[in-house]
Amino acid sequence: MGLTSRPDAAVSFEPPAQESWITTKLDFLVNWARANSLWPMPFGTACCAIEFMASAASDFDLARFGMERMSFSPRQADVLICAGRLPFKLAPIIRRIWQQMPQPKWCISMGACASTGGMFDTYAVTQGIDTVVPVDVYVPGCPPRPDALIYGIMLLQEKVKKERAADPTLRREIEPDPKSQLYLPPSLIDELSEPFGNSVHQTRSGL
Amino acid sequence: MSDAFTPIVAGSALGGDAPAPATPRNVPLTGGEANPSAAALRTRFGDAIRRAHVVRGETNVVVANDRLLDVVRWLHDDPAQRYEYLSDVTAVEHRDPEHPIEVVWHLRSIAYRRFLRLKVELARGAELAVPSVWSVYRSADWLERECYDMFGIRFTGHPDLRRILLWEDYREGFPLRKDFPLRGRFSRAEQLRQALAANPEARYSMEELSVVDAFADLPEEMRRRLKAGEKAGE
Repeated sequence: MGLTSRPDAAVSFEPPAQESWITTKLDFLVNWARANSLWPMPFGTACCAIEFMASAASDFDLARFGMERMSFSPRQADVLICAGRLPFKLAPIIRRIWQQMPQPKWCISMGACASTGGMFDTYAVTQGIDTVVPVDVYVPGCPPRPDALIYGIMLLQEKVKKERAADPTLRREIEPDPKSQLYLPPSLIDELSEPFGNSVHQTRSGL
Repeated sequence: MSDAFTPIVAGSALGGDAPAPATPRNVPLTGGEANPSAAALRTRFGDAIRRAHVVRGETNVVVANDRLLDVVRWLHDDPAQRYEYLSDVTAVEHRDPEHPIEVVWHLRSIAYRRFLRLKVELARGAELAVPSVWSVYRSADWLERECYDMFGIRFTGHPDLRRILLWEDYREGFPLRKDFPLRGRFSRAEQLRQALAANPEARYSMEELSVVDAFADLPEEMRRRLKAGEKAGE
């Protein structure tokens, strides 16, 4: 079908023809345990956090997913759930929280503001937390209902269950490498984003 | 700084036969009964009171910039005024070239149940500076810092005038000015780069009036690990 491996060695992974019986069974066991005991690190900054609290309360009951303990210390957490918009002032803080979380770790971006900046296309708000930390699941909505968040958590569980310990690209944190073919310099990103409202060429008022 | 706490009973200075407070009805857009403090200010300060008018039942008094601190101090101290509470300090930028920007103070007299709005109009091209009322109202501290943060107005006499909502080394200007673009002056990539370069553990030293590194305050064991080259948090 003309499929070739991706150009960058850092992100290509060709699984061996057959993984051993022990590895696959061990993967199954470990992933089953991990997927059913995800401890969330709640990072609630806006109204999405209210819906998140409703999800954790008895009506929707996140404890069914092994999430009965909100881990307010990032060092004991598995999932960073960013519920709400992220101002630039909080960007270094959420990155520090993400760095403090031990592997394995995942991230859910809850709501329109956390995913894209939402309606806050302003000087003070990051346009999506994926510019600061890597995101596994985006939950749309403004704010998303608890059902939507639970659906996002179930998607994350599916993702966790498909992980393989033999995958060398798993959990590798890649700093942007200028030599990589996937690297775009910030100046090029600015140029590409200009038609969509880059601030540099925005119309100014007369006064 | 202050004596023992003495509660102020609302309307206590009005006397027993004062009518009970009620929600005003059918308030005209302009005109109506003015706050008696406006007339008292005219007799006390004369030409320093530029204008006084009533809008929606609330009295606006436009004051000369150089007498503002005297006016506010008198309103606070005079037993017939007793404006104990400064509820807001903000600014308004108009598209009027003659009066481009004005600074607004909201004063409230709890004992007399009065509300007074003071304004100072800054002329075009004038320095954006007004006297700070911090020496009269301690609540002006953060309100004036917010006004400086958003409009760039300097409050002379404020002990610690720096940004309060935006971060300390924000370089793009003052966001509530009319000429500030909504998305900021820098590109998104540059904004994010500058924001991520901030140290979340830096703290502010009032004594040195600057941002200092909190390294010396960390526990001994954490300092040793950081000195040995360990990346924080990994």
